[in-house]
This record gives sequence, structure tokens and C-alpha cells, in this order.
Amino acid sequence: MKTALGNLDFADATTLSEALTLLASEPDRVPLAGCTDVYVGLNFGHIEKKRFVNIWSLSELRGISENADFLRIGALTTYTEMIESPIIAKFLPMMRDCARLIGGCQVQNRGTVGGNIANGSPAGDTLPILAVAEAMIIAQSLSGTRKIPFLSFYAGYRKTVLLPGELIVAIEIPKPPGAQWFRKVGTRAANAISKVVIAGLRGETVRLAFGSVGPTVIRARRTEAVLSSGGTIAQARDALAHDIHPIDDLRSTSRYRMQVAENLLSAFWDSTTPNQS
Amino acid sequence: MLFTLNGKITEVSAPSMKRLLDVLREDCGLTGTKEGCGEGECGACTVLVDGLPINSCLVPFGQVQNADVKTIEGLIGHTDLQKAFVSECGAQCGICTPGMILMAAPLVERAQAEGRIPALAEVQETLAGNLCRCTGYVAIYRAIQTACGAKSEQASVISGENG
Repeated sequence: MKTALGNLDFADATTLSEALTLLASEPDRVPLAGCTDVYVGLNFGHIEKKRFVNIWSLSELRGISENADFLRIGALTTYTEMIESPIIAKFLPMMRDCARLIGGCQVQNRGTVGGNIANGSPAGDTLPILAVAEAMIIAQSLSGTRKIPFLSFYAGYRKTVLLPGELIVAIEIPKPPGAQWFRKVGTRAANAISKVVIAGLRGETVRLAFGSVGPTVIRARRTEAVLSSGGTIAQARDALAHDIHPIDDLRSTSRYRMQVAENLLSAFWDSTTPNQS
Repeated sequence: MLFTLNGKITEVSAPSMKRLLDVLREDCGLTGTKEGCGEGECGACTVLVDGLPINSCLVPFGQVQNADVKTIEGLIGHTDLQKAFVSECGAQCGICTPGMILMAAPLVERAQAEGRIPALAEVQETLAGNLCRCTGYVAIYRAIQTACGAKSEQASVISGENG
């Protein structure tokens, strides 16, 4: 479907400071990264703004690095770059598993982790991973840089706590303790929007996050508490009904999503239980 | 705005928010790139930007300034793949074919250089973002494996499964 072009405005930023200056003076501009959801958003009315700033060519926002405690992923890092990164493979394999299931290769070559976060879809596939890894969002504006805990980044459905003029420049992820697990259930393996998506971390304690089952990504705190304190998987499945309240929509029913979420919880527990054949 | 199109430096005057797909078809007259879903789901509009396949229905023209864009019209040197699509009946209605070929070309090139035939699962993952509404997938997979040197009757059963 062709988009009406007449009222769309595209400003090109070639450096980060140019982008921040533009966002400071014209905070209604939407940053354009890989653009995989922009025309869809315009055509379906999710995006009402008509003015954009292109940040795709800002090389300073790309790349993956690590130190002793953290991984740092530039906001414009694509899914393909995460799939191919030895650092991701070593420290955050659930992100590689996730990136391989997002769209086809064409979308993986263009979609970015910063875009997935800023877009704030409840079905955003990387979001449960960032929730269990307790990532920090690095946001920059002309007035400086601040770190926002990912778990308090969303204020509601597709709403973030970013201030006018702020741009996500990177994500810092503490190296996750324990076994990592990611699963996505959609209508097919690749290139489908999630009906339910889960990331789990099993170390001394258990962390679990679900996507597509609420207005934003949800950490399943009650379920985590049951499993972290030695409860059974049956008790955990009961607790999950208090953590998530999925809705009926065009992709699934509430009942189906709840059943799938419980089954994924059991599958997470089985696959991360050591010494099982 | 300047960019490289099929190896030639090209200047096109078009709005920056016009989709690359529409610029290629309307302003450049290259209608080999097709529109399917217009949402990045079907891969019919696949082109290579700086060597990487992308959906041209999702990318604004302004984002390919100074980039190297290659469409099906500019794909030369992949005659094995194109011949295999013909001999193995890899094309039916033809709408998905340019996207399928552009997506498969780098895989075929890599596999030929390594002297191997990609397993069915690898071909399927490569084409995960390309839909064929004629549902001719088995013939498409067979064409790609044949282009890598598989005998027609071996292709698409190489990994021990079928389609």
C-alpha cells in the first residue's frame, strides 16, 4: 500500500550531535532507524506524527562491546549483527535465538534493537530478554546522558518515559547469571508476530518475562518467587495466572495465550533442569 | 539525490520519504522489483542495499543516499541460479521470483565457492522472509540446490526431508 507522501517530512542527521540538536529544537520528530515498522505504522495509524529524523547512518550508534560486567549494544545494531556477534553468542545466546526468529533476513538486516525498544510494541521480541537481563537504556539529549532501568522504561501501551529530545543511543546489559532460555510462539517459526514470547533466566534465582500478554512486557514476579524458593512447577503455573492477564485480539484468544504461557513455563523449567536426558 | 543503482551512479529527484520500491519502479523504470504485501512480510520487493537483502517497501528513498542498490535487473553472473529456476520450474506466476533469486544468490555464491550443496533447512531459513503464493516452494528449493550442483532428483531430499 502506498503511503500519502505530501505531509511527510524527512530530515537527515549525519552525526549524533546533529540528531540531538534537531530533536531538541523539533522534539515532535520521530527518529528513523531501520524503518521496518514505519510505513506499516503510518498506514495503520499507529504513527500519527509526520515528521522524521533519519539516524540510520550514525555509525557511532552501532556495534557490540563488553567489559568484565556488561555488554553494550549500540541502539542501531541490527538483528543480523547480533546473530553474527561472538560476544552475543557467548554471553547472551537467548538474544541470538530471538534475533534469528524476527522477520526474514531482509528485516533482520534492517531492524535494530533500539528501534524494537522505542517502538514499544507489547509483542516486541527482544523486550522479554532485556527485562530478565535487567538492561539499562542509555538515553542521550543535548542536556546529557542518563541511564534508565529497562524495567521502568514503559509507562503503558507503546508509551515510554523518554523525555522530549532524548534518543536511545545504547543498551547496557549486565552479563546474565544462569541458564538462558527464549521461546516465541507465533503462527509459524519465522516471520510471524508473537502470540506469546518468553525469556527465562535460571541461576541461583529465577527470572521470567513474557511479551504479547499485556500492554507492555511483564516480569512474572510471583511465578519467579515460587520457583526461586523451591516451589513446584504446578505451583508456579498457578502463580502465573496472577502475573499475566492476556487479552483476546486478532492474533489469539486470552485462553489460548494463558495455556501457551503455562506450557512455555513448564518447557523452560524442563529444559533448564540439569542432568536430564 | 545520488546513489549507485546496478553499478551506475544515478541521480534521482524524488521525495525522501517515498519508498525505495516506488522510486525504483516509477522513477527508475525498473519494474522487476515487485510489490506484494507492502508490509515487509513477503519479500517480493527484495533488493540488495550495500550487498544486504532488504525489503524495498519498508525503506525510505532518503536512507539509500550514497548507498549501493542492486535490483534483479542488475544481477549478473548468476546464470546457474537463473537457469536452474527455469529447468526446475522454480517460477510459476513470477511475482515472488525476483525476490527469491536475489535472496538465494548470495547463498548460492557462498555454497559454490565452498563446493557444497546447502541443506534444505539452510535454504528454508534463507528464504524465511519470502512467500510464494503459488506455493511452489519445493520447486524453488530444488532450483537453488540444483544451482549449487545437486542433481535434480537429489535436490530437496538432501537433508532427508521433503519440503
